[in-house]
Amino acid sequence: MQEALRFRAPHAEPVSAPDFVEQARLWRRTANVPRGLPLTIRALRKSFGDNEVLRGIDLQIPAGQFVAIVGRSGCGKSTLLRLMAGLETADAGTISFGEDARPQDVRVMFQEPRLLPWARALSNVEVGLGCERRSRDAQARAEKALTEVGLGDKRSAWPTVLSGGQKQRVALARALVSDPRVLAFDEPLGALDALTRISMQRLLERVWSDQGFTAILVTHDVSEAVALADRVLVIDDGRIAHDIDIDIRRPRRRGSADLAALEGSILRELLRAGEDKLEG
Amino acid sequence: MSLIDSLPRLRSVRAPRADALVPWIVPLAIILAWQAASAAGLVPARVLPAPSDVVLAGWKLLRSGELERNIWVSFWRASTGLVIGGGIGFAFGLVNGLSTLSGRLTDTTLQMVRNVPHLALIPLVILWFGIDETAKLFLVALGVFFPIYLNTLHGIRTVDPQLIEMGRIYGMSNGELFRRVIFPGALPSIFVGIRFALGIMWLTLIVAETIAASSGLGYMAMQAREFMLIDVVVLSILIYALLGKFADSASRALERLTLSWHPAYRKH
Repeated sequence: MQEALRFRAPHAEPVSAPDFVEQARLWRRTANVPRGLPLTIRALRKSFGDNEVLRGIDLQIPAGQFVAIVGRSGCGKSTLLRLMAGLETADAGTISFGEDARPQDVRVMFQEPRLLPWARALSNVEVGLGCERRSRDAQARAEKALTEVGLGDKRSAWPTVLSGGQKQRVALARALVSDPRVLAFDEPLGALDALTRISMQRLLERVWSDQGFTAILVTHDVSEAVALADRVLVIDDGRIAHDIDIDIRRPRRRGSADLAALEGSILRELLRAGEDKLEG
Repeated sequence: MSLIDSLPRLRSVRAPRADALVPWIVPLAIILAWQAASAAGLVPARVLPAPSDVVLAGWKLLRSGELERNIWVSFWRASTGLVIGGGIGFAFGLVNGLSTLSGRLTDTTLQMVRNVPHLALIPLVILWFGIDETAKLFLVALGVFFPIYLNTLHGIRTVDPQLIEMGRIYGMSNGELFRRVIFPGALPSIFVGIRFALGIMWLTLIVAETIAASSGLGYMAMQAREFMLIDVVVLSILIYALLGKFADSASRALERLTLSWHPAYRKH
């Protein structure tokens, strides 16, 4: 590639590596049909005992969108995600990913990496292949996924020797290896330190733009939601209280004024809702 | 963290072979002191024969083939009893750990039986089986059943439910879930059970052989007592110590082999 460029413009500065990556990504994005699945939720309700956690959620997510769900703890955002991933059954209402969705198209990543401590990194990623893990190219696919999250050299490491961020990256590779069309994240970065969290956010954004899956991110960190998502849903008291589109061009600069302004207004909404609850 | 990491590594770098001898310094010192005390006449030979006399007695028994035969008989009884009792305990632990119904049905009964000292059954066992092989195997199997049952059950019940949920999300069948998540998760606890069982195995066997047998190490010691052969009695006791140590080392080696993922068992 570099050779070809030099041939065209022999005196030009060599293009730096990040630009190459960016170009390759753009090319892949435009060449592929969007792989994500659309999501439609209608009148969704869920109670645990007397506690009604979700009180009628209606939601339409187009294919390939990156949606962040924020809210105070206990507002029902994790329950919503667990319902979407099929880990809980709804009391009423429907969740649909379209007609051609298969169970392995929807993958979840949790706050805890949930790696098998007795399996090396590569076997942990192979778990993600589901029923295809016996196929002949299973190992090659797992290796590719590990390389994609930057852990190609850790394939035979035990999870106990990996750092928190590395474990979470193995978990990401495990979720990615089956080429999911919907990826749900339940506070995936909640347990990481600030620097690791930022590099993980970049990684999430990169794999999302590479692979074009529909991403649903549950987080309590509003700045994370604003930095990553196309759209932020604020859940309060079991309902969608706000539905905000984030029209800020990518790549987004962390700490820029428009991101900070958005973050501030969402935080104010959350705080006000909380204070209402305290007074009421 | 770095200090803890570096400690074992430093030790193994220094002198791995000398390191392996460290645990044997104390037993060796005791034997030397004992030999010296006997030679100086501080310990009368009727109370405790000198180690050299014990070795001599062992050599005689070895040449007559009696020692080898008795060790072999005891070893066979111990291992067969362990396999039978351990196998049944493991199976019950598995079934009761995986099925709530089975657990509720049998666990209370098993806990009641567990609290009966199994050696209290010796008179009954002799009435049932005489001093046949079956009597010894029955007692050993009963003794090792409970530690393996309890620890298998505990291991399975304490497997991280988040990992089980993860396995289900990734489409593992019940068999795969057991093989890849539940069993490896329960394994450290099962090994604790095996090590408890090994201790109980020797204890039960020796008691049973002392009371009701016509061969084996326990029988050899009892015979020696009849004929006032105190060196053979001491020899038998030393062999128990060595066999116990051997069984423990074997289970440790198995642990290291199968639990190499576990930080506590990792070789440095």
